Amino acid sequence: MAGPPPSRRARLSGVGDTAFGALPGSSVLGIHAQAARQAIADAGLTQGDVDGVLCAYSLVEPHLMLSSVVAEYLGIRPAYSLGMMLGGATGCAMIMQAAMLVESGRCRHVLVVAGDMRLTGMSRDGAVAALARVGHPQFEVPYGPNIPAYYGLVASRYMHEQGATPEQLAHIAVTMRRHAGLHPGAHMREPITVADVLASRMIARPLRLLDCCLVSDGAAAVVVSAADASGGTRDSRIALLGAGQGHTHEHVSQAPSLTDFGCHEASSRALGEAGVTPAAVDVAEIYDSFTITLLIELESMGFFAKGEAGPAIAAGALGLAGRLPTNTHGGLLSFGHSGAAGGLTHVVEAVRQLRGEADARQVPDARLAFVHGDGGILSAHCSLVLARA
Amino acid sequence: MTEIGKPVPQPTPESQPYWDGCLRGELLYQHCAACNRAQFYPRSACASCGATALEWRRSEGRGTLHAVTVVYRPPSAAFKPDVPYAVALVDLDEGFRMMANVLSAAPEAVAIGDRVTVTFERRGDIALPQFRPCASPGEDL
Ligand SMILES: [Zn+2]
Repeated sequence: MAGPPPSRRARLSGVGDTAFGALPGSSVLGIHAQAARQAIADAGLTQGDVDGVLCAYSLVEPHLMLSSVVAEYLGIRPAYSLGMMLGGATGCAMIMQAAMLVESGRCRHVLVVAGDMRLTGMSRDGAVAALARVGHPQFEVPYGPNIPAYYGLVASRYMHEQGATPEQLAHIAVTMRRHAGLHPGAHMREPITVADVLASRMIARPLRLLDCCLVSDGAAAVVVSAADASGGTRDSRIALLGAGQGHTHEHVSQAPSLTDFGCHEASSRALGEAGVTPAAVDVAEIYDSFTITLLIELESMGFFAKGEAGPAIAAGALGLAGRLPTNTHGGLLSFGHSGAAGGLTHVVEAVRQLRGEADARQVPDARLAFVHGDGGILSAHCSLVLARA
Repeated sequence: MTEIGKPVPQPTPESQPYWDGCLRGELLYQHCAACNRAQFYPRSACASCGATALEWRRSEGRGTLHAVTVVYRPPSAAFKPDVPYAVALVDLDEGFRMMANVLSAAPEAVAIGDRVTVTFERRGDIALPQFRPCASPGEDL
């Protein structure tokens, strides 16, 4: 699979994020700016260097043209501006889009930023109701599924076919929480046990409360720089070696399979472009909207054989010392989830791991990272392969 | 959609014949003669081959559960009295899949592979297809 030649590959030159959790007194635009300024400073640039701005969307402050609003708020007059909506895949898809902009020569430094205030900016019921509308308005929403129910359908089928157990799913939540405990900005840091997960209340069978991601306030940002412009940045070592997408459906009732999804195509395109296999990956940051999401993606993408991820995870495969250290910041399940910013934190964490700046949660000598975001009900997928030069 | 009630589907020109069928107690789906596939939900063209000459057919309304969940935390207050309730993906015998509730006194006992039969729930000006477990093998023809 052809990608750009190594000399042209985009560099991830700066990252920034807010703490995740409750951020009362902040605004959606305010946390966008906070994360964006941190990322630009981290890159060793000034906002005048930024000539591209990519933004996602906000449920709390639903501007029609968020990338224009964010640029105005920051005082940036970009040569290229675009708002993107791919649900949880938006973060990775914005990085892929930014890379295409700098690799083509269209832009030199693209700011990618996302954030929302889903915890304190809207009522819990409001967030649940807004998100449930991801379903088809005529053929799904009238039946009263919430987001966990859409994933509960997927989980029921997967467990029926592969025999995965609630205990195996619980181990995912426990591992994510352990990692979050090592990140000072994580939303939930108190350790939990498998028994805690299994005792938490049922939300949508077989998914319990602690199988579900958090609802957080928070923002994240990344600066993507052209290879020939990255000399002026603080750290130009982190390159995007491969990217790929895969899309099979939007609504879960239309999914061609409930155990294999577009993440299969997305990851094989990204890994193929990078010229690496799953076995070469040192650290993985993979979308974990629910425990079942991560389990299915790991198998669908080839990191584990079908039916083998559950037992391997229970044996510690995703831990910092495991076979595939995964979601070292705690993921959506424990670091936090705030709209498109949730998926973008996976990218931010991958860059920190590759730079060796992940402190207590550092995977020793991590050189190759795999990042994956999915939106909808395992509908829209985007994978990235990042490497330290 | 009313603010306090359950969501009521708003038909589009493409789906109107389907909802008209539901009001008559008929579960309709589209069939593509060009590629011999059943299609659901209704669209202006076949998603497999692009043919626009789609025929409306009547389903017998019997199917098998492909996936099922039970909701304990509903998306809105209107569904609270129903908790816990089953949401399922039903594979109809004619070869299409749809989402619906399985109306059962024991939703937690509803399982993948169960046979179900269609029934219609009146909601506003709409008759919403729903399913109930087949009571006996004889009902499951
Ligand atoms: Zn056709």
